[in-house]
Amino acid sequence: MNLVRNANPDIVIGEEKNRTALQTVLHHLWKDKILWVMILPGLVYYIIFHYLPLYGVIVAFQNYSPFRGMLGGPWVGFRWFKEFFDSIFFERVMVNTILLNVYRIIFFFPAPIILALMINEIQHNKFKRLAQSISYMPHFVSQVVIVGMVVNFLSPSSGIINHIIKAIGLQPIHFMVKAEWFRTIYVSSEIWQEVGWCSIIYLAALSNIDPQLYEAAKVDGAGRLRQIWHITLPGITITIIILLLLNMGKMLTIGYQKIILLYNPSIYETADVINTYVYRRGILSGDYSFATAVGLFQSSINFILLVIFNKISRRVNEVSLW
Amino acid sequence: MIAKMTKGDRIIMLVDYVFVMLVIIITLYPLLYVFSSSLSSPHAVVRGEVWLFPKQFTLDSYMRVFANKAIWNSYLNTIWYVVVGTIVHIIMTTLTAYPLSRKKFWGRNLIMMLLVFTMYFDGGLIPRYLLVRDLGLINRRWAVILPLAINTYNLILMRTFFEGIPEELHEAARIDGSKDFGIFFRIVLPLSKPVLAVMVLFYSVARWNGYFEALIYLTKEKLYPLQLILRSILIELESGSMTGDVNADSDAVVGQTVRYATIVVATVPILCVYPFMQKYFVKGVMIGAIKG
Repeated sequence: MNLVRNANPDIVIGEEKNRTALQTVLHHLWKDKILWVMILPGLVYYIIFHYLPLYGVIVAFQNYSPFRGMLGGPWVGFRWFKEFFDSIFFERVMVNTILLNVYRIIFFFPAPIILALMINEIQHNKFKRLAQSISYMPHFVSQVVIVGMVVNFLSPSSGIINHIIKAIGLQPIHFMVKAEWFRTIYVSSEIWQEVGWCSIIYLAALSNIDPQLYEAAKVDGAGRLRQIWHITLPGITITIIILLLLNMGKMLTIGYQKIILLYNPSIYETADVINTYVYRRGILSGDYSFATAVGLFQSSINFILLVIFNKISRRVNEVSLW
Repeated sequence: MIAKMTKGDRIIMLVDYVFVMLVIIITLYPLLYVFSSSLSSPHAVVRGEVWLFPKQFTLDSYMRVFANKAIWNSYLNTIWYVVVGTIVHIIMTTLTAYPLSRKKFWGRNLIMMLLVFTMYFDGGLIPRYLLVRDLGLINRRWAVILPLAINTYNLILMRTFFEGIPEELHEAARIDGSKDFGIFFRIVLPLSKPVLAVMVLFYSVARWNGYFEALIYLTKEKLYPLQLILRSILIELESGSMTGDVNADSDAVVGQTVRYATIVVATVPILCVYPFMQKYFVKGVMIGAIKG
């Protein structure tokens, strides 16, 4: 790609160096033409399904009407954003999104680590493998089925949880319509489904710890707990930090698909997060411009979070998300 | 080895084993309960008599499930979506990853950056929905296939794997007269079988269990995948009955066991394939972990 013209026309450089930029590009395209043909469908896919929607966010600044399409609407600037920030829903969805993530980090995140540590201590290999196999199973059950199980188990009349409650002598609780139970239900079902699957990575990291370290510690008289404290935990600290960063980067997009299955109007005050709000206002109510604005707000913050956590992650042991 | 453990260590070991046993029980019990309930009479379930084994054994619930045309139809739909979706995904992903793995491919880095960018910033749910609608894909099967045709994460995996194939093999093939596509098809792809197997596995499971795209892009019930039908049966509590069934027993009573039977019918295929999958997915998670 040589855009420099000879300062002194008396000096002749070889013909090839005198191409324009365009000719260089065409040359490269022709050289690898088969590869370009191969990659074409993929590029088309990305342009259509990833980059066109990026252009489509322009709808957030317009008053979109289905008849006029994406280009036709009158420009309204930041009106929808202001409306969102001023609405009572803004505080609600932001608080719910953040709180749900906090619950998740506090309760869900440590669970696979603990499970991995526990399974790692098992000496009988057959039992160990059995435990692992069984723990992975719920991950393969679909979310619809998981939520279906949750909903039916918690049924006030015929659900097993309430049978137990009644057996103890207490009044049955209609869990699914009480806002204060939502976060617990959400995180608990998440733990049940994913704890085994998420423990795989930690188990792998645990198996990478040098056994000689344990031997040395044993010689020094350390019991099992001390060994775990001084050897095991430091050994997987990096893994834990990286996974924690990965999780935090995904904060704003927290499993809204599962929430859509799980929630109902009675519990919107704790269950409604940013993306479920976008779904309701946009897809169900047809407030396309408004919902796009909220979605754009969410995407922007999401992007910033990902970049920040990626940078931090890079400093940690030079491993990154890129 | 056990004899050498201190008393403290042995207590810890005991606690540990008990804990793991508890985890196994807590994992299995809900599944067992669902299975047992599906084989019990509705009254026994509603009255709370079923705890571990079926009470008042009956296959009635399953009969109702099998009689439901919507379930059969959606089962076939799901199979279509999974098979076609996976084929499209594999073809698109490998075809796109291969050129990106060749160092001589001009534009490689730029394109890669543009693709990775899509993992960080999304247009959002609504623009994507409007786009699919403007493409005329609403209520077409392809609406469930095309938007998910390539998963950038898988793409990176594939590319990394392709990059790992020694250059000597490429050279040897080129000397023998093969061109780019020939090398791709006859040498690179066969070598990629392990990675492809893992990808097929994960993607198929994801498509089997997926429902959101169908939820927003499809409104005609005859196109619904299994998960959407499940959703209306299991979660829409008000409509507790199978369609068109007017029964002397209150529908809500029958509903419970039929729902559990539906869960079993929907989940059994995955659980059957599960034992065979085992050897693949630990490898798959590790490949992912190295990249992540």
